Amino acid sequence: MEFSLFLQYLFAGITYGIIYAIVAIGFNIIYNTTGIINFAQGEFLMLGGMISISLLQVMPLPLAIAAAVAITMVVGALIQMVFIRWIENPSVLRMVIITIGISILIREAALHIWGESVRTLPYFIGSSVTAVTLFGTRISPQVLIVIGTCSIMVLFLSIFFRYTSLGREMRACAANRRAATLCGINVKNMVTFSFMLSAGIGALAGAVMSPITYSQYDNGTGLAIKGFTVAILGGLGNSLAAVAAGLFLGIIEAFSITILPLAFQDAVAIAILLLILFIRPHGLFGSSEAARLKEF
Amino acid sequence: MNNMLKRTIVGIAAVGMLAVPCLQAAMADTIKIGAILAETGPSFLGVPEANTLRMLTEELNAKGGINNNRVELIIKDSAGDPEKAISFAKQLIEEEKVFAIIGPSTSGETMKIKKIAEETQTILFSCAAAEDIVNPVAKWVFKSPQMDSDAAKKIFIEMQKMKIGKIAVVTSNDGFGAAGGKQLQKIAPDFGIEILISEVYDKTATDLSALVAKLMANKEIQAVVNWSIVPAQSIIIKNIRQAGWKVPIFQSHGFGNIKFVQAAGEAAEGVIFPAGRLLVADSLPDNHIQKAVLVKYKKDYEEKYKEDVSTFGGHAYDAFVILTKAIEQGGTDKVKVRDALENLKDIVGTAGVFNFTAADHNGLSLDAFDMMTVKNGKFALYTN
Repeated sequence: MEFSLFLQYLFAGITYGIIYAIVAIGFNIIYNTTGIINFAQGEFLMLGGMISISLLQVMPLPLAIAAAVAITMVVGALIQMVFIRWIENPSVLRMVIITIGISILIREAALHIWGESVRTLPYFIGSSVTAVTLFGTRISPQVLIVIGTCSIMVLFLSIFFRYTSLGREMRACAANRRAATLCGINVKNMVTFSFMLSAGIGALAGAVMSPITYSQYDNGTGLAIKGFTVAILGGLGNSLAAVAAGLFLGIIEAFSITILPLAFQDAVAIAILLLILFIRPHGLFGSSEAARLKEF
Repeated sequence: MNNMLKRTIVGIAAVGMLAVPCLQAAMADTIKIGAILAETGPSFLGVPEANTLRMLTEELNAKGGINNNRVELIIKDSAGDPEKAISFAKQLIEEEKVFAIIGPSTSGETMKIKKIAEETQTILFSCAAAEDIVNPVAKWVFKSPQMDSDAAKKIFIEMQKMKIGKIAVVTSNDGFGAAGGKQLQKIAPDFGIEILISEVYDKTATDLSALVAKLMANKEIQAVVNWSIVPAQSIIIKNIRQAGWKVPIFQSHGFGNIKFVQAAGEAAEGVIFPAGRLLVADSLPDNHIQKAVLVKYKKDYEEKYKEDVSTFGGHAYDAFVILTKAIEQGGTDKVKVRDALENLKDIVGTAGVFNFTAADHNGLSLDAFDMMTVKNGKFALYTN
């Protein structure tokens, strides 16, 4: 294979991978503080894209995206407060059903607000045909923006969870809810905050990738499925692992096209997921020790 | 309390039962026309279709309906889902007892309910493109859009002019894409065109640059045919141009919605595709046989709904106009109306001039299509 062609596939794979990773990270944040999977995560991306497209008509792009992120964070907080906060010791199954319900609710609301048509943010730099040449292969600057934004988000999250007291408190809730409560941490507030954080991250990702993937009321679902796959693949709860797993899956998907028809792309991804889960049920990077202690 | 509630319900039900026969008596002269359209879902075909039907029904009833019979329109949103289309078809026929059904919007759905229409002897006037819908002819099934086989032929004729012999075909994984892909494969040898790669992409795809890399790697490819009716078709166009590939891109008539052009942005410039003349109605010469119909429909639609007209709405327009014409002739007898449909000649519609026969339930010919392109973000006639 020619080197430039190889790079073309590689960049395509990185683009898919980083998008999957950012959804997976959203899953992880909420999982880490609550132990539940929020199946409405994909809808946060959709909202981020859609709201910023609407706001773009009345304000410049950076402001529109910032406002969209803020609004989606409020939506995330509201969801948690209305549907989840009051439930004492929810079972995993109950939470799954609740979050799937929320995801359907948001989707239908979006259908009524924005209609069924596909929308898109303009490319941040240039237009849909602009490309930069990198090692002899052409890629859209938007791809670099997506990769850059997502990398910064991952970095920010790692620092946040490791070095700030708020981040540490959130991790404490994940490690042991009761112990965290005894230490004076308001667990319920932490959970609300984790919803806001993952909503914000989802919304930002949704906005920066909108020029590439388009935004439509129902495009959160597909993203959520891939993101969930990646979260499991990496090992639930580990953000850096999610990035690695996302890139791994994305690049495999991209290169699978060289030998198989495109129609098999998803089948390849899922087959690999199954294979890995048979061999390492706790994910590629998760520890089996920790997996045994988790309830999901 | 509970008891009272029960009594109230019984009371309401009783009054309702009394009221129903009265209503039915009052509407004895109502012709119910059902429509199954994909108003939501992955494509946005159903919206202009539903809008058009509502507009035409309103207009028709304001003029006194068909032979003084009021027309009642019942639209069901199938979201492009064949399973939903089946249950709505049954509901419309069995419960609503509709006289005829317009739609569905997509080929996949139409093929699923074709049999139901035949079995229940209900006129089905599809707004979808696949040739399979009317070939072989089903007694009760008609369709208003141009044939996908004709679209394929038009594309190949253009390729011959451009001396293109080796092509790649990419289609979306739905009924429209599958039917189109089949036609392209079947007809290509007749025009001496060889299909080197044929790929199918998911209608919910978000990025197809890997697919484009695969196509680009084959240096023999002289043109790409992208046959689809879903927004993902714009992603391919974008990815091809981003990769700096200057290959000619041919689209199907499923590209005839300005929203697809807007989604692809600058990358859509120069795309070539066959379509009905509705897209370029204003720039047609005044003596063109379709000009008056096209301009009127375009003006009415755009004034009423404040959005650009699309060929898909035109298909619903044609279906409605042809159906009402047949009902005018055949009255309220389904068999007579069906027979009348087969004998309609020289009906000028948005897609072309319709001439139906017992063997041709579409009534359009190859010249219903013109080649179009995109110029400065707008549709324009393609002139080579």
